[in-house]
Amino acid sequence: MYDLIVVGGGPAGMAAACAAWDAGLRNILIVERDRELGGILNQCIHNGFGLTYFKEELTGPEYAHRFARLLSETGVEVRTDTMVLDVTPDRRVHMTGPETGYRIEEARSVILSMGCRERTRGAIAIPGTRPAGIYTAGAAQRYVNVEGWMPGKRVVILGSGDIGLIMARRMTLEGAKVLACVEVMPYSGGLTRNIVQCLEDFDIPLYLSHTVTDIRGRDRVEQVVVSQVDARRNPIPGTEMVFDCDTLLLSVGLIPENELTERAGIEMDPRTKGAAVYENMETSVPGVFACGNVAHVHDLVDFVTKESQRAGTAAAKYVLEGPAEGKGVPIKNGDGVSYTVPQRVRLQNAGDAFSVFFRVNRIYGKAEIVVEAGGREVCRFKRDRLSPGEMENISVPVKLLGGEPEEIRVFVREA
Amino acid sequence: MVDVAVVGCGVIGAAAAMELARYEVSVAVLERENDVAVGTTKANSAILHAGYDPKPGTLMARLNVRGAALAKEYCEKLDVPYKQCGSLVVAFSEKDEETLRELYGRGVKNGVEGLEIISGDEARRREPELAGTVRAALWAPSAAIVSPWEMCLAFAETAVKNGAELRLNTAVTGLSRGDGFWTVHTDKGYIQARYVINAAGVDSDTVHDMAAPHSFEVKPSRGEYYLLDKSEGTRVNSVIFQCPSEKGKGVLVSPTVHGNLIVGPNAEGSDRHDLATTAGGLEFVKETARLSVPGVDFSKSIRNFAGVRANTGFDDFRIGFAAPGFLDLAGICSPGLTSAPAIAEYAAELLRGAGLELRRKDEFVFFRRRLRFKELSQEEREDLVAMYPEYGRVICRCETVTEGEILACLRTPIPPVSVDGVKRRVNAGMGRCQGGFCAPRVVEILSRELGITPGEVVQDRAGMRLLFNETKGGGENV
Repeated sequence: MYDLIVVGGGPAGMAAACAAWDAGLRNILIVERDRELGGILNQCIHNGFGLTYFKEELTGPEYAHRFARLLSETGVEVRTDTMVLDVTPDRRVHMTGPETGYRIEEARSVILSMGCRERTRGAIAIPGTRPAGIYTAGAAQRYVNVEGWMPGKRVVILGSGDIGLIMARRMTLEGAKVLACVEVMPYSGGLTRNIVQCLEDFDIPLYLSHTVTDIRGRDRVEQVVVSQVDARRNPIPGTEMVFDCDTLLLSVGLIPENELTERAGIEMDPRTKGAAVYENMETSVPGVFACGNVAHVHDLVDFVTKESQRAGTAAAKYVLEGPAEGKGVPIKNGDGVSYTVPQRVRLQNAGDAFSVFFRVNRIYGKAEIVVEAGGREVCRFKRDRLSPGEMENISVPVKLLGGEPEEIRVFVREA
Repeated sequence: MVDVAVVGCGVIGAAAAMELARYEVSVAVLERENDVAVGTTKANSAILHAGYDPKPGTLMARLNVRGAALAKEYCEKLDVPYKQCGSLVVAFSEKDEETLRELYGRGVKNGVEGLEIISGDEARRREPELAGTVRAALWAPSAAIVSPWEMCLAFAETAVKNGAELRLNTAVTGLSRGDGFWTVHTDKGYIQARYVINAAGVDSDTVHDMAAPHSFEVKPSRGEYYLLDKSEGTRVNSVIFQCPSEKGKGVLVSPTVHGNLIVGPNAEGSDRHDLATTAGGLEFVKETARLSVPGVDFSKSIRNFAGVRANTGFDDFRIGFAAPGFLDLAGICSPGLTSAPAIAEYAAELLRGAGLELRRKDEFVFFRRRLRFKELSQEEREDLVAMYPEYGRVICRCETVTEGEILACLRTPIPPVSVDGVKRRVNAGMGRCQGGFCAPRVVEILSRELGITPGEVVQDRAGMRLLFNETKGGGENV
């Protein structure tokens, strides 16, 4: 019997395991499906990681390595090349790997940190032929950075998610011609710094309010047709532009990978597509926690780390001190807010303050983030700019709530 | 010289080759592509029809009903995913109800068992997701769903195991008649055969014209589909058809044997090799499907595709000798997949009638098993991985496909040479991430096992290159 099994050894899992160790747990297992720890960071060879957490600029593999080294100084057991197939509500973890075989391990607590996957062509039903040369940006990133092979020479990118932007630069540096980045929304889905450093610095045009309306080519992509869209995101006839290219990269969104979570009967939040969690990242199943991109999609690994440390500490507390007390006060998303994490807060367990993470659903200039409890405004946070592409977070002092409200609401008010 | 050359290895060619492999005759199958099952066989509704659609007395009616029964038996013997889930044709109007009665009558005449016309309420009791506007339905318990490409693969593998020769990447370019035999010219030289079977699918008219006077033309009709995530896979329990029209059997909503939901097709005239989906076509499929099953959640789409029906504008299959020793199995439109085993049986009969001696082989290996890790019990998994560690490594996480299964399919009688070839055999890449995670790993395995560079690995057909060149540092240096 383990005290804690962590499913997934990416940045979330590593940070959670380290924190649980630091909080006094000793019998911890991380299960990682790849041959080494680090998760998606291993293929993110660009810099920009760690600015918040380490106060210095690291590449993805460097960031992962820091945590792998911290882990190696603990007694945390790591099983790589091993895939978790099932987690039961009573915390039995089914796993399989060539080294250790098919095993079922029991645990007093479980942390789910499986990350996310990319949306595909099929998910957004792009019409056209079905040639080779259509890749999700992450798959292309793996080919280039891990396998050392170029998946194309003349590239159009659909979607302005961060991986797509990063790949625009990466493919360009490797000698490909990136013809355009096409975004269906009137604003970019990625970080501003990536728009500047990956598109503008390389003169790659960004077409906002445009989408791909046809793919042509029999064996390999030969052309991609791009059309402008109206306010309801329907293509406008007559605005077609044809790009001669051999590759279409898709960076059209990330989806938390929650097959295990759902099979374990854990309550899900359709807005985040992750588990609904309490302030300490505990799910609806006691002793099972979720953190990182499996809970909600992050932009910056630094926030993944911090969130996962909270989950790790909470798992340790659960095992060493018993279940958290209190009933959860629901946190609702109001005007301008797409979702909140956590979805519920147990005030007795929150300490002095609790963090709320969320995304806004459109671009805002000067605005206030307002927290309302029991119908009363309890605090406001000023922002100069809010964008759906950048995750927001606020820290709400518990004492301002004045007791336990029925619900807490977070919304945006334009200044 | 072989006894029989079969042109095309879709499900019809494969079934014919397997049927002939029961006998002491030599068979060569010529397939243009680098794998079997890659034409219409892989892109259709994946339904084994009960047999109430074809007009009584037609060859199609007889072969459909016989084919459905044979397919059930063959799928069991050859380990092809198959499920007899039954089908409903739903009626929205008085006119539709008339159609149901007509289909019922045809079905009874065709020998389809268990047909029943039920009320709208009874239909909704069986299928709670059916629209309130459904007034009545025709229930056909013998209809089934199947993995069409695996059915074809199983037939082709069985043919090869029993001595048939399969020549892939071999396109037939012409036919010439010798003294009691045909010379089949291909882009890889020629082969002589006493009999030729034309199973060339949407190109069966082209092949026909190489041997006989022009007598029909394939008028391709393209059908577009949605394939939805497994979370939608239980939306319906059986195949839900709408009433057929001149254009075809209409838009259906059906579970698949892989646990997904399939929705489609439309029917649009097209170029015979045009497999593009269109915004209009997909929208039509979506809207039409909602008439019968309004709750289908299309945001759960994981893939769209299109297939081409080999229609000839003729109410029946075009099966028969077009020239001495030249047998057309042409114009195989729907229900061609269902009919395939019966078409093959009938083809053997016709060849026998034309003088081919068919003596049963003493030993015909009619058995095939595939190991699917996902379907094993816990104990079986433990034992398997302990013995063969490669079955412990999961390559495709959406479908839980292990490296062991991929390595095993590379050792079958028709090993895959492409990423999609692997997918057709073991389901890797068929899930919700559509190969986003496993494709690079499958490329790596294919490259290693076939002794080629990753740049030489193709997506599907020859020419469908995935990777262009090594990065500046190259794969060795990263």
